[in-house]
Amino acid sequence: MIEILSTGLPNTVQDLGRPGYLALGISHGGAMDSQALAIANFMLGNDRSAAGLEIALYPFRLKAHVDTALAITGADCPISIDDRRYPPWWATTIRAGETLLVEAPRAGARSYIAFAGGLDLPSVMGSRATDAKGGFGGLAGRGLARGDQLQLNSAVCPLPSAGLGVALEERQAASNANFSPIELRVLPAAEFDAFTAQAQAAFTSSDWKITSEANRMGYRLSGETLSLASPLELLSHGIVPGTIQVPPSGQPIVQLADANTCGGYPKIATVIEADLWRLAQAPVGARLRFVPVSIEVATQALRIARQQLDALAARNIGLGGLRPR
Amino acid sequence: MTIGPAPRISLAGSGALLLDGAQARFDDTTQELVWAVAEAARGLDGVRETAPGMNNLLVLFDPLVTDASSVGEQLQSLWAGTDPQMAAGTLHRIPVHYGGACGEDLAGWAAHCALSLEETVNRHAAATYSVAAIGAMPGFPYLSGLDPRLNWPRRKNPRLKVAEGAVIIGGAQAGIMPMTAPSGWHIIGHTDVRLFDIQAQSPVLLRPGDTIQFEIAGIEQ
Repeated sequence: MIEILSTGLPNTVQDLGRPGYLALGISHGGAMDSQALAIANFMLGNDRSAAGLEIALYPFRLKAHVDTALAITGADCPISIDDRRYPPWWATTIRAGETLLVEAPRAGARSYIAFAGGLDLPSVMGSRATDAKGGFGGLAGRGLARGDQLQLNSAVCPLPSAGLGVALEERQAASNANFSPIELRVLPAAEFDAFTAQAQAAFTSSDWKITSEANRMGYRLSGETLSLASPLELLSHGIVPGTIQVPPSGQPIVQLADANTCGGYPKIATVIEADLWRLAQAPVGARLRFVPVSIEVATQALRIARQQLDALAARNIGLGGLRPR
Repeated sequence: MTIGPAPRISLAGSGALLLDGAQARFDDTTQELVWAVAEAARGLDGVRETAPGMNNLLVLFDPLVTDASSVGEQLQSLWAGTDPQMAAGTLHRIPVHYGGACGEDLAGWAAHCALSLEETVNRHAAATYSVAAIGAMPGFPYLSGLDPRLNWPRRKNPRLKVAEGAVIIGGAQAGIMPMTAPSGWHIIGHTDVRLFDIQAQSPVLLRPGDTIQFEIAGIEQ
């Protein structure tokens, strides 16, 4: 069992989400940076869809009440277990009585903590992800609170004694580019042509700042005002994570994992699936730049991302197959 | 059977298409076609999920199994070649306490419609509504069939919290809140009928094609 010592409600239990129920109004949800959670699971020999923790509010502390192993991926955070310090993207053992501390990121925004065997929670409609809007999944359908106790599935995880790490080139590059705008590849969406030529140009040629209204449902952005050529009334329609809507204020909103399944605002573009982790790791105040690409480029990027994950899964890294770095 | 011009199909990212069959206003027969195409499209190669909206349909597919242009062509032929699916849904009677603390916009609504409070409520309760789609939040029904005289554009500033059970109006649509959540629709009353219960065998009460009649359980100023 693990016990939560310091947290905030934005920190939740997540897995890879709950697809298949959009027609019931249920969001896919799941880890905002699903690649980071999947890799944390691989490092422990877990199935990629085992439930772990998504941390968005720091500092986060937990105490282990059993000997187990955990892996922490995602943002570049100072991490320690009692007085031992660890790099991010590292898996190690933790003993009963020891405390894990994850501090505010130097780069990135969300950290993922996976546990050997995964969190032992009931599956609700095929997933253990927290759906805070619907009040189900995860731990009683809510964010983590101090004093919460979570059971772990039993697991044998023979980590090397020094632990093990994973280093991904694109993640390092993203961390090092802390002061440049984050580039997000986009495909045009249904109403792209309904915006003025000026708005279409501004959308891809200017920077967008993530405002403080940013959470798992979506990020409100600020920048130039995007105007429609003429007013548009749309009937409610299904939307996917990554959809960039433009409400009457002209300031875009990027819809994310826990977004409503339907919306009614005009949509200028969609962030491609392969780049959603970049948004998940973009903190409040970060600047974004939208880069239009073709559907072929978007599909190829997804193919590469999936191949990368499958390759890591095939290497059984969590069973001692990789040397510690 | 073909309804109106060919639907507009647009990309919603690399793994989804939005098929939009909407004309100037919401149309019931178009919606029956949306349901039928949603069901048929679920059988297409590579299609993962379909989500009907209001006279439109979101189709999610795996772009590494199929591709957008192929799915788009198949959706066009389904739209042209599928018969609208007549609703064979259940009739639900929903008792509503109109007005009062849990229906704070009732007086404003009547004033907007230039009708008496009682007449406004009677008209709302006289209509038969159809569940056109479930979406936005778990179990939320988009209801068509509102008396045009009762239309009321959404609030400029959405409320951050509208209570579970709130009976609401947004433009030409009616709805009921399945849980407490933000909404820009107007609150005209309250019902104790639960639309979403994760503990239930089937957590979502209403299905597309179901019909709803509101019953007056009380009217308060």
